Amino acid sequence: MAKGDPGGTTRSRRAAPRSRKGATGDPELVQLLTPEGERIDSVTGPDGTEYRVDFTDEEYRGLYRDLVLVRKLDAEATALQRQGELGIWASLLGQEAAQVGSGRALRTQDMAFPTYREHGVLYCRGIDPIMPLGLFRGVDQGGWDPNEFKFNMYTIVIGAQTLHATGYAMGITMDGKTGTDDGEAVIAYFGDGATSQGDVNEAFVWAGVFNAPMVFFCQNNQYAISEPLERQTRIPLYQRAAGFGFPGVRVDGNDVLATYAVTRTALDNARHGQGPSLIEAYTYRMGAHTTSDDPTRYRIASEVEAWQAKDPIARVKTFLEKQKIADADFFAEIDEQARRESVDLRERVLAMPDPEPVTMFDHVYPNGSPLLDEQRAQFSRYMESFEGSAH
Amino acid sequence: MATETLTIGKALNTGLRRALENDPKVIIMGEDVGKLGGVFRITDGLQKDFGDQRVIDTPLAESGIIGTAVGLAIRGYRPVCEIQFDGFVYPAYDQIVSQVAKMHYRSRGKLSIPMVIRIPFGGGIGAVEHHSESPEAYFAHTAGLKVVSCANPQDAYVMIQQAIASDDPIVFLEPKRRYWEKGQVDLDAPLSDAYPLHSARVVRPGTDVTVLAYGPMVRTCLEAATAAAEDGRELEVIDLRSLSPLDLSAAYESVKRTGRAVVVHEAPSNIGLGAELAARITEECFYSLESPVLRVTGFDTPYPAARVEEEYLPDLDRVLDAVDRTFGW
Ligand SMILES: Cc1ncc(C[n+]2csc(CCOP(=O)(O)OP(=O)(O)O)c2C)c(N)n1
Repeated sequence: MAKGDPGGTTRSRRAAPRSRKGATGDPELVQLLTPEGERIDSVTGPDGTEYRVDFTDEEYRGLYRDLVLVRKLDAEATALQRQGELGIWASLLGQEAAQVGSGRALRTQDMAFPTYREHGVLYCRGIDPIMPLGLFRGVDQGGWDPNEFKFNMYTIVIGAQTLHATGYAMGITMDGKTGTDDGEAVIAYFGDGATSQGDVNEAFVWAGVFNAPMVFFCQNNQYAISEPLERQTRIPLYQRAAGFGFPGVRVDGNDVLATYAVTRTALDNARHGQGPSLIEAYTYRMGAHTTSDDPTRYRIASEVEAWQAKDPIARVKTFLEKQKIADADFFAEIDEQARRESVDLRERVLAMPDPEPVTMFDHVYPNGSPLLDEQRAQFSRYMESFEGSAH
Repeated sequence: MATETLTIGKALNTGLRRALENDPKVIIMGEDVGKLGGVFRITDGLQKDFGDQRVIDTPLAESGIIGTAVGLAIRGYRPVCEIQFDGFVYPAYDQIVSQVAKMHYRSRGKLSIPMVIRIPFGGGIGAVEHHSESPEAYFAHTAGLKVVSCANPQDAYVMIQQAIASDDPIVFLEPKRRYWEKGQVDLDAPLSDAYPLHSARVVRPGTDVTVLAYGPMVRTCLEAATAAAEDGRELEVIDLRSLSPLDLSAAYESVKRTGRAVVVHEAPSNIGLGAELAARITEECFYSLESPVLRVTGFDTPYPAARVEEEYLPDLDRVLDAVDRTFGW
């Protein structure tokens, strides 16, 4: 049937969704540093907001250091998994700029709610990078204090944390902690796949209705395990925000400067009482979903290569070199620092002891439970019965 | 007779393939079930052969998977939903217990929801949190649902097809740590004549103690029985296969002979299936019992970090210990 034919017969819908192109085609990106390392002074986002950054040379170098370190520590964790020291690892390879840019945009008082992949944000929050490795090694379930570092625990159930973040943000409003420069804001991280979850959509509703000081930060790395973006949406994700009544913007997630600028603006808007916003950091997962995944089953090498050309670290390096902000000595020094820190990480992971089995009974309830006390005692007696035997 | 050696995972895959071949209304839906073949590869190759209209990669939304499957079922399809891991069924829990389970009842029999909800369940694979859970009691407690679990490749192959053919909504629990275990499968086993879906089976006869288990623990109990035999004790091991409804006729008959019963499951004991089994056996076999029915289970804690799960999960020693205790009364 010809296009536009108003004929009454049922049209086949077996074809791809109509706006397929919109979901993956030419994205409107906020970008301040091109893949070729060229600086763009300022950019206007879809809602008319102007984005720019004004960093000192020292700050540029600091961002580069963060990116390199985060990548190196991630590579070390991947290697540790391959050697059987971690049960599994969710690598952030390719997503360093999205995480460092947004992580550095947080102010001390801001609270972050991560998924299981936010090792770069964790690093920016000042948490020892060994911390998430306990979870992936299977010796604990994440060991840092979320209140101290203003970085919540990793969340594996997809999307659940977006509601916690929204509730936390509502609490900020109730506490009257918005409306000034030292007001608080909240950022919730999630993936493109997560946008399909009920929880995430409910979080959008709540944040909008309660004008919560929230930034929804979606790292669109193009896949949810094997499923490409088109399996989750037929419009660009940032456009979803409009339907919930708050602004959405798509930023080049491989551009640390743009990610920083966009996140800083959104957080500042939130802290000043202007409510939530959605950031879609358009990026790419260069490796496997996790070390248990086999990406060759669902994506082709040329796609990966195309994204490698947009590497988030290479473009900063080119820029620093071109602008003579950093020299060869600096780059060598950073590489050496990254090497040292990864060796240190490895040594400490290998030294991580298994927990005492009886600790599994700890912290089930703040007020304890007679049932558990009994089970713990029984368990201890049972374990003692093996002592001295060849068991 | 076409007999092949298959793993439980491959037997499920073969059973699903048969179901897709035999009934054009059968559709498989879930996260990553297509090109990837599921994270455990249980649906491997099915999308390639049956197309993406019948083996559907769904958006990442469990409530959506089950909820839309309800509509598809009302429309005459037979959806087979894969929940990627036990810990991710809870976003769909509302749809399962409030909608799937009650449709038939609420419509006074006018609607049926012939749906299968496949869930890899239980521990033993050293995974991170939410990847090792034992949610069976939640579902078995819900009227309107049926709950089954396979423990060997032959059952995996037959039971998945029987479940799909059934008009009841069925929660199909797959013992994920056993996916890679092999056994003989008779591929020609006719489904209607084969062992009925909701029946228990004696998998090792014995005279001294009756041991009841299902899913991943069946294997553990068989190993315990082998070990006990070396000490001169004969354990009779019963694979329950169906958790709702429970088929306890074999168990009653067995306990009346042995006088002793041990129930083994990975889920926590408190308000769990073991409690139901112990109560029913006590009611039915009171005068034959030489000792109380004992339970060997996981503990009443959240599933612990992987490096201590060996202590959390019932193992051969804990089963044998319980067997010893039944003789201490
Ligand atoms: C509720 C739930 N369902 C399924 C899973 C299994 N799972 C883990 S990660 C993942 C894909 C997530 O994709 P996305 O949200 O895009 O985030 P990404 O990992 O790509 O950053 C899936 C399906 C889960 N963790 N939680």
